[in-house]
Amino acid sequence: MSQFAINIMFVGGSFLLYIAIAVWAKAGSTSDFYVAGGGVHPITNGAAIGADWMSAASFISMAGLIAAGGYANSTFLMGWTGGYVLLAMLLAPYLRKFGKFTVPEFIGDRYYSANARLVAVICLIVASVTYVIGQMAGAGVAFSRFLEVDATTGLIIAAVVVFVYAVLGGMKGITYTQVAQYCVLIVAYTIPAVFISIQLTGNPIPGLGMFSTHTDSGLPLLEKLNQVITDLGFNEYTADVDNKLNMVLFTLSLMIGTAGLPHVIIRFFTVPKVADARWSGGWALVFIALLYLTAPAVASMARLNLMTTIYPDGTQAAPIEYDERPNWVKEWEVTGLIQFTDKNEDGRIQLYNDVPAFEAEAQARGWNGNELVVNRDILVLANPEIANLRQGWVIGLIAAGGLAAALSTAAGLLLAISSAVSHDLIKGRFNPSISDKGELMAARISMAVAIVVATYLGANPPGFAAQVVALAFGIAAASLFPALMMGIFSKRVNNVGATLGMLSGLIFTLVYIFVYKGWFFIPGTNNLADTPENWVLGISPLSIGAIGAIVNFAVAFAVSKVTAEPPVEIQELVESVRYPRGAGTAQDH
Amino acid sequence: MSGHSYDAENYWKANLRLIFGSLIIWALVSYGFAILLRPMLAGIPVGGTDLGFWFAQQGSILTFIVLIFHYAWRMNKIDEKFGVHEE
Repeated sequence: MSQFAINIMFVGGSFLLYIAIAVWAKAGSTSDFYVAGGGVHPITNGAAIGADWMSAASFISMAGLIAAGGYANSTFLMGWTGGYVLLAMLLAPYLRKFGKFTVPEFIGDRYYSANARLVAVICLIVASVTYVIGQMAGAGVAFSRFLEVDATTGLIIAAVVVFVYAVLGGMKGITYTQVAQYCVLIVAYTIPAVFISIQLTGNPIPGLGMFSTHTDSGLPLLEKLNQVITDLGFNEYTADVDNKLNMVLFTLSLMIGTAGLPHVIIRFFTVPKVADARWSGGWALVFIALLYLTAPAVASMARLNLMTTIYPDGTQAAPIEYDERPNWVKEWEVTGLIQFTDKNEDGRIQLYNDVPAFEAEAQARGWNGNELVVNRDILVLANPEIANLRQGWVIGLIAAGGLAAALSTAAGLLLAISSAVSHDLIKGRFNPSISDKGELMAARISMAVAIVVATYLGANPPGFAAQVVALAFGIAAASLFPALMMGIFSKRVNNVGATLGMLSGLIFTLVYIFVYKGWFFIPGTNNLADTPENWVLGISPLSIGAIGAIVNFAVAFAVSKVTAEPPVEIQELVESVRYPRGAGTAQDH
Repeated sequence: MSGHSYDAENYWKANLRLIFGSLIIWALVSYGFAILLRPMLAGIPVGGTDLGFWFAQQGSILTFIVLIFHYAWRMNKIDEKFGVHEE
């Protein structure tokens, strides 16, 4: 059977499964559509949150970034897991007790202000849409690679699949579909990693393998890796970083962003009890950790395997000849994500770090510049082949897993967008008397519109894949999280304070990003080059969300202090969300 | 339930204490051991590297899981103690 047929079988089979589940669990009532009737078990919910959370960024891209950055990129691992501690302790149980459908609804009620709710809707939509664009683009590329179609066709296939199960199924469909997707993506991620770990270290658990002995050299794996890459002019994999402030803020930004992203928060409305909301956070992190503990192993092992492939006889010997290059290099060359230029025309592939400090050694070896450019985002997808695992089913499995990750997150985000539009904007503001049926229709239409917009922008990405994700996190961290947290932990923060806090956090963060990345991400419109020398205090635009959150808190407290305190019934509302008793199921008003 | 009874206040204080303690550990393992204090832990070897590196790539994640389950377990006990748990 050809690889193409195997890919079709794995991807097609997994999709049939998701669609079947979505149809089987077709939503009946409005409340089913949004929150699955409040009847989802914490473990089930945890797996669904896991699939929701782990997107193309976690599955396809993260290990590649860690492989390239080593210790410095541990920020992704800590940032995208540590947020769950904040969620489980500072937000989830109380929002569950509050018992409404959407994040803006809580903000609108708590701050007794239609304007606060509107600002929350804007923050939510901007954060979610930018996130979906990235997912759709990722899914499109993965589809086109594995189904051997062009990028636009791949994107349209992705859009249709998301549309079918998200629009027909609603939350209940999505909850069970996402449990299935979690299973597919975790198996797809783990199996190749286990084989590779056994190959390199003899240890079948990749997370332990990366800290064990490398069988061929007898050295600890990470020491071997450090040795190989420093021989080629790279920094040590485990090297410490100089700019600790930026590392701390970037981690903090990702953590707060995690706790402020509406598609994750909405998941905690789907458990029966407040106590279950707490457990759900723990279970979600267990399911996420299964991938996140393996990811650093995938990263270090893939980096070592890549180097061994190029330098089969060791770093001091000549690298392989271009004509002898393995098949996976040829295949990815077609997509343009691996590029080779024979700069010194010796017919061999020199892969090394082209920096002044290494120039003398490179010249001594007759090298004339680094010749192989490998896109970081292909590392996980190409990982089995890099390790010489040529079994077709492993590759088909990775394809299905990557698509499951991208599509599940896209679907969860679309649900958050559609409920914000239909519930908060239309029912909450413009047409309060809309019928249940009309609201459901509006939700489906807004989902369809969001898919069309995201697909259109995903087909013509304005040149910012990683920045899209950073912006989504920055916005969520700087706008929604502080408003939610203060709404629970302070009785004193009032309508004006919260609204101005959200606006100032949002605007501050966006402006800082736009100054370096271009206004509205239009290339060439940035005021300063995006380099560490230009950053204020060395804080990168990716890390600014943490400062935005501090601005939000400060403005909200200061403004609230000089304006009237919230009415008594609001203070009682805050009091009531703090005690679990009497939560009931999620209620509409 | 009335929000201003003595017990309700103590319940909330117990919750805040638990959150505060948990977040100190949360910050210690990630921002502390994994980032700022890493040079101080450099002498403790873990599988070819040092303890700070392990906390950055795995240790902090494992600690986060323990923290959440511990919080859920303790809070559910506290809910019962103060009689605010759900039936």
